[in-house]
Amino acid sequence: MATMAKLFPAGSGRGAFLVRFTLAAAALLLVAPALLNDFRLNLLARYLCLAIIAVGIGLAWGQGGMLVLGQGLFFGLGGYAMGMHMKLEEAAALPSGPQLPDFMTWSGVESLPWLWVPFRSAAFAIAACVLVPMIVAAVLGTLIFRQRVRGAYFAILSQAMAAAFVIVLIGQQGLTGGTNGLTNFRSFFGLQLSNPDDKRLLYLFVAVVFLAVFLIARQLVRSRYGKVLVACRDAEDRVRFLGYDPTRVKVLAYAGAAGMAGLAGALYVPVVGIMSPALLGIVPSIEMVIWVALGGRTVLAWAAAGAIIVGWARTDLSERFPSGWLYAQGALFIIVIAFAPKGLAGVSEELQRRVRSLLSRRRSETPAPERVKVAA
Amino acid sequence: MSAPTAGASPAAGGALLEIRGLKVVFDGFHAVDGVDLTVEQNEVRFLIGPNGAGKTTLVDAITGLVKPAAGSIRFEGGELVKRREHQIVRAGVGRTFQTPTVFEQLTVLENVDVAASFRLGLPQLLRRPRGATPAVTAALEAVGLDALGDAQAGTLSHGQRQWLEVAMVLCQGPRLLLLDEPVAGMTGEERLRTGELITRIAGEGTTVLVIEHDMDFVRRFATRVTVMHEGRILTEGTVSEVQQDETVREVYLGRPRDARGAGAAAEVAS
Amino acid sequence: MEVFLSQLFIGLSVASMLLLVALGLTFTFGQMNVINMAHGEFVMAGAYTTYVLQTSVFGTGAVTLAFGLSLPLAFLVGGVLGLILEFTLIRRLHGRPLDTLLVTWGVSLMLQQLARDIFGAPNVQVKAPSFLEGGITVAGVSMPYTRLFIIGLVVVALLAIWFYLSKLPAGRRMRAVVQNRDLAAASGVRTPHVDRLTFFIGSGLAGVAGVAVTLLGSIGPTLGTNYIIDAFLVVIVGGLGQLRGAIVAAIALGLANAYLEYWTDASLAKAAVFALIVVFLQFRPQGLVVTRRRGLA
Repeated sequence: MATMAKLFPAGSGRGAFLVRFTLAAAALLLVAPALLNDFRLNLLARYLCLAIIAVGIGLAWGQGGMLVLGQGLFFGLGGYAMGMHMKLEEAAALPSGPQLPDFMTWSGVESLPWLWVPFRSAAFAIAACVLVPMIVAAVLGTLIFRQRVRGAYFAILSQAMAAAFVIVLIGQQGLTGGTNGLTNFRSFFGLQLSNPDDKRLLYLFVAVVFLAVFLIARQLVRSRYGKVLVACRDAEDRVRFLGYDPTRVKVLAYAGAAGMAGLAGALYVPVVGIMSPALLGIVPSIEMVIWVALGGRTVLAWAAAGAIIVGWARTDLSERFPSGWLYAQGALFIIVIAFAPKGLAGVSEELQRRVRSLLSRRRSETPAPERVKVAA
Repeated sequence: MSAPTAGASPAAGGALLEIRGLKVVFDGFHAVDGVDLTVEQNEVRFLIGPNGAGKTTLVDAITGLVKPAAGSIRFEGGELVKRREHQIVRAGVGRTFQTPTVFEQLTVLENVDVAASFRLGLPQLLRRPRGATPAVTAALEAVGLDALGDAQAGTLSHGQRQWLEVAMVLCQGPRLLLLDEPVAGMTGEERLRTGELITRIAGEGTTVLVIEHDMDFVRRFATRVTVMHEGRILTEGTVSEVQQDETVREVYLGRPRDARGAGAAAEVAS
Repeated sequence: MEVFLSQLFIGLSVASMLLLVALGLTFTFGQMNVINMAHGEFVMAGAYTTYVLQTSVFGTGAVTLAFGLSLPLAFLVGGVLGLILEFTLIRRLHGRPLDTLLVTWGVSLMLQQLARDIFGAPNVQVKAPSFLEGGITVAGVSMPYTRLFIIGLVVVALLAIWFYLSKLPAGRRMRAVVQNRDLAAASGVRTPHVDRLTFFIGSGLAGVAGVAVTLLGSIGPTLGTNYIIDAFLVVIVGGLGQLRGAIVAAIALGLANAYLEYWTDASLAKAAVFALIVVFLQFRPQGLVVTRRRGLA
């Protein structure tokens, strides 16, 4: 992972980016499948799902200044949309019975709730994974931003949204599977989730989607719109007096981030095999922000790398030191936000700068070695 | 000192901005208290008056930053009251602020490019800017910042920020430009350049309304002057007319026994 | 009618708990623009203070004495925790409200784990003092003494705050800082001192709220997270640093929750309350009061 992170430093120049992007794509699509076993590769697929969320947060928070503490809502909307379709597909394949998802039979639901009906269609489900989060974000964002509710107020409201969503999910057991959520998935558009080869294919699909999402977000950031978004982050009122409506500018980034989180949720379901309220609440939602803060909120590639690094560390360390990991996570968060707000991106930038200045000094000082001695 | 004469006669262009019975109230305090103001096409109108006269509030009301309690503001015949700030800008009214606000994380060029792109549709906004457009280059040249295009706006000095803000408004091609103390904190030479720039802008078809305290500057560059006091328009006329107005002297001078503001009054009178 | 009254009582008792947690936030958020996500953990610390006093210090023989002592002690525990947090982290993040929010959340994570390591992950039960057992029934509405006690506690806390703010010099300085920090500083008010005191009092109130929480059921390491979001919503709806606003907001949210819960169910009521808040913000956004400045900075 460290290699991938190294490939993504903040840099300019189209050529340099193409080289880095190609290397990263090769690492994800060729090297990782060759080196990692089935289990590790599936873990990487899971981290890439999380990295897709992180790219969205980098867009909304890093570029747009909107501290989105409730991305679990959109992750969940995408995840449930896909999960519902997969459950229905499997129920339809049952030889007999009411052809209902298993948990509904257990909670005594006899006919398919109307909310579920359209998810029989694959096209509807796929569209819903991205569009439902985007529409929800657009509506809520418009209502909130239009009234110039921002900063910490927006952060708290976004968090409250995720909290309310989780409470509804748990409460409406017959509709959502309650606390257990949706589990026991067997197939994903013809891929058998128990088959290792199919799982490898799934990984490749996730990796391709991740790379595509990253390119889209990067294009957004580097476009004129991206500059207006940064302008909104730094001086929203001034933007207004340049003839832009900051509400629309911000809503677009917020909805974009929501769509990415939804897409990530949709991919997470087949990769991990579960979608439940425990993945979406206040704590998971704020953890998503940790990844981005750790990686570097203003650099998309580092935001994504942050998700992968924290995911990896969590799997590795939380098994070995369950209690220590929680302390470490809290401490890491405090240290990064308080003392290194640019995250790893800032650290890497600083390191590169030092190495460069060291190299150039050595070069300029080679003709005069006695000065080096004096300096030492 | 003769002022630029383009459009000095009211009949030349017709009223661009017509304010009638405007009132702005803050917690019972009448900051603007029944203002009628007409600005003609191609004027360089100066708005002067003692501190707290309501000059900035008037400009705030025109640009939608504060909502008037009563009255109408018609720009090119269309009502501006109740429109939102960005809609007023899109209607063709640009403004700067006393404290210049620029986007510090963006470069000078990007600042102006953001301003210049305000009429682009979303598909065009989603493309990357490829170098500076002619409008952006022209605006940067007009304020003399063309050499600093790639500098971060956050590194600019106060004066340079003021110039940058002017360039940002300028490249939008407003038909009415509102400048709030554009030369505050500038050196004599910078003031002269700003004044010449204002004159040039007006010559190119933009009407300019300037809030300014510097009487020397007003004398040199105003076509007409409006004096505000305690939320009302005290008088209006050419620079010399205003200078000879008794009530204006009184406002700046106070009662004869009150010596405060004598300096300003002397300046007005000189 | 009976339903109306019983939901009214439930609503008011929910409101009183919300307000008790939100009071401290109103201070710290209103005066210092600090979103302290660890506030919920100060509540938790207050609750465990009661637990420790009852089980380890006094034993189950002196429940009432332990409970009585836990009120001032929890205030002190919460307050000192707040002081430490202010001293070590929050002051370093001055002017970065969003970063403060995230940092204090990191603190909250660590405090939760600390509680888990000390007291164990499962919830523990705190025994209510005997004089709070039972309740009275008025007009068909049964009102447990514990709920009435919490309502009384909030009233006492409000009176104390009112007295502090309006009668004591320290309180007046605090109001001055809330209204205009720069002007207060220029007039010789030592704002860092005032900030520290505010944080102490605000966090202390969280500790007191923790004592009240023990009356409502078992307590656990994550109890703070159950209250923190709702308490922040109270502050948002009430308005920045507005004591009166917080009171009205807490009552409104408590009642809305109680009645909606009766008409729909507990889970949909939560979502409906959130929707109501968003609708409310359409009419009274926080930007309603715009301070006039020359410029936009």
